[in-house]
Amino acid sequence: MTLNMYLKYPFSLFLKVLVILATAVTCFTLLFLIGYILLKGIPYLSLDLFSWTYNSENVSFMPSIVNTIIMVIGALLISVPFGIFSAIYLVEYAKRGNKMVGVIRITAETLAGIPSIVYGLFGMLFFVTSLKMGYSLLAGIFTVAIMILPLMMRTTEEALKAVPDIFREGSFGLGAGKLRTVFRIVLPTAIPGILAGIILSIGRIVGETAALIYTAGTVAELPKNLLSSGRTLSVHMYALSKEGLHTNQAYATAVMLLGIVLLINMLSTMMAKKIEKKS
Amino acid sequence: MEGVFLGAALFSIFAVILICVFLFAGGLPAIGKIGVFSFLFGTEWSPTDEPASFGIFPMILGSLYVTAGAILIGVSIGVLTAVFMASFCPPRLHKILKPAIDILAGIPSVVYGFFGLVVLVPFVRVHLGGSGSSILTASVLLGIMILPTIIGVAESALRAVPSSYYEGALALGATHERSIFFVVLPAATSGVMAGVVLGIGRAIGETMAVILVAGNQARIPNGILNGARTLTSNIVLEMGYAADLHREALIGTGVVLFVFILIINLSFSFMKRAKR
Amino acid sequence: MTAKINIKNVNLFYTQFQALKNVNLDIEKNEITAFIGPSGCGKSTLLKSLNRMNDLIEGCRIEGEILLDGQNIYGKIDVNALRKRVGMVFQKPNPFPMSIYENVAYGPKTHGIRSKVKLDEIVETSLKNAAIWDELKDRLKKNALSLSGGQQQRLCVARALAVEPEVLLMDEPTSALDPISTAKIEDLVLELKKKYTIVIVTHNMQQATRISDKTAFFLLGEMIEFNETETLFSIPKDKRTEDYITGRFG
Repeated sequence: MTLNMYLKYPFSLFLKVLVILATAVTCFTLLFLIGYILLKGIPYLSLDLFSWTYNSENVSFMPSIVNTIIMVIGALLISVPFGIFSAIYLVEYAKRGNKMVGVIRITAETLAGIPSIVYGLFGMLFFVTSLKMGYSLLAGIFTVAIMILPLMMRTTEEALKAVPDIFREGSFGLGAGKLRTVFRIVLPTAIPGILAGIILSIGRIVGETAALIYTAGTVAELPKNLLSSGRTLSVHMYALSKEGLHTNQAYATAVMLLGIVLLINMLSTMMAKKIEKKS
Repeated sequence: MEGVFLGAALFSIFAVILICVFLFAGGLPAIGKIGVFSFLFGTEWSPTDEPASFGIFPMILGSLYVTAGAILIGVSIGVLTAVFMASFCPPRLHKILKPAIDILAGIPSVVYGFFGLVVLVPFVRVHLGGSGSSILTASVLLGIMILPTIIGVAESALRAVPSSYYEGALALGATHERSIFFVVLPAATSGVMAGVVLGIGRAIGETMAVILVAGNQARIPNGILNGARTLTSNIVLEMGYAADLHREALIGTGVVLFVFILIINLSFSFMKRAKR
Repeated sequence: MTAKINIKNVNLFYTQFQALKNVNLDIEKNEITAFIGPSGCGKSTLLKSLNRMNDLIEGCRIEGEILLDGQNIYGKIDVNALRKRVGMVFQKPNPFPMSIYENVAYGPKTHGIRSKVKLDEIVETSLKNAAIWDELKDRLKKNALSLSGGQQQRLCVARALAVEPEVLLMDEPTSALDPISTAKIEDLVLELKKKYTIVIVTHNMQQATRISDKTAFFLLGEMIEFNETETLFSIPKDKRTEDYITGRFG
């Protein structure tokens, strides 16, 4: 409608302005947030912050990055196989109306809804204390692995369901058994979807803080082994924010975090486009 | 081999049971010692006094107020933005907006918290008075954080409404705006509600961002410019140095939080199933 | 008994619904037998019973016997081995999202053949038997999904032949294809009957008259009439058969 016509329908004009305004607020918030942090942080991205040894002067985040990478790889090593195997059961083997499937879904949904601080408490009580791992990367890895399990299960399930049945029928028709069909036909076809889930999980792990403070601890140096305590980049960011001492380096650290997250986001968008192309 | 797959699938059941067992075992005894009523409804949280008080009511209120504020802001702006994206947005703009919202969704809570600390808090302090760390600040920050969740779900729900509803309204002479707001949006209510519930879940469970901007006074707040402490912040603030009963009381706070979230999620699931 | 497949007193139920009622039929070796009938008459269901693909459908129950060379395929047998002997080509071409070579090699690999030399040989023979070797021999590594519909279907035939079956089941194999591809497949089927026993479900009566030796007419789960194709189409015994083939319904 032209502006003239809108004057005949003022209420509709009002509604239109309302939604445009809301969207503008959303966009402005995003731009301001990212822009402000980038502006104030990039100038302070000094080499000091990348040094391998941490001290209270350089507040280097390099050890934190190393810890984050260890955390991501460790957690994925555990939850990806569990997630894929669970999804295979739910999609390829379980019979419709099987009550066990309903229970598994409810528990997976429950796991997905638990706040990270509660996971942190659980991890502390179980891995750190009961299993005597102490504040360690290992305790953090196990805790985070359980956290991302529902995400892996759900995305793998959707990826498997998206594989057309005619592929499975073709395979059975040639005399292949279910296991072979799943591993040679269904799973390879579902890989892009599974990868998308993995990328999403990585994003989640990188941003995780509350669960890791009480399991992997907050030590800022390079870890000696998996039983050492070590802070990830997000935990380091929190520590810097709370101290309030190294504001400039805090901005720079935020830039680093944002950069990693943006990178992961881009990878995920590329993956999504690849999946769309295939179908 | 089917057994292996089944075993992996059963793991999620096992994990939930494990979590419940350890949380309850860790926190319930403390709640018992303090007394359920004194714990849940006590208005004094002074764990270091002699004798110590462990009432978490101020924190329950803190969580409720902050979440309510976040929902107010997040839902109003989020749903309107979703309406724009689903029904008013030119396709080229949409190609930019959608990834932008996804980026918002991926920003870690500590970065939000840091932003709130260095931008929102001084802003509130200068323009509205008080120390700047308040329920209002936390609500605004949390509202921004749950925007992507609400926008994402609401937009899907709006797009899922059959176009025949929209076309029917137009054919009766309603304008595009009226058709969307009075026919399509109501039809998408259950989907939008799902987004709101997800948003509530995220807001209640949020910790790191809230700690940096909410003030964290463990007292019942008097107004939105007052500081408040949420259930989540309570745990993180004192766990570092708490011992014995104090420590157990904090775990108990975690148990209360856990049960709250369970109730919200389960009641929503039941509502969804009952509708069918 | 020279019949390759004996279908005896077969009743089939999808939970409560009865899809096949007391079907009796013999399929002869090295002949093309066609199943015809209107939608929902049970012809595809019967076809899928011959290689137990119906097992995949939950709630599917079958009574009666189906004998392959005298042995009941619903007794205690290895289903995968059955499907090696009784191959299937589906209505919609369904090549796997892999290379042409890998598609054809999938079946033999499943049944234990590992040597590359042997696999190369099988792939070439199968593609030749499906009359598509010349077209594809220079692009065996290309993705099968890049082929046209007609080529994909002939690839699926080659894939089915690669496991060296005795019987080939074809479920409306040309309904999704253009007339030229259809003609190519019909020529192919006529060649194949020299080595294989073929059962074909078709919606297209002219196709049945063009290529099949015997035809069975189905209606609402029952087999109404079964005879030499020429006879069934010129002097049908049952009025319902006559009504169908003259186009009064269906």
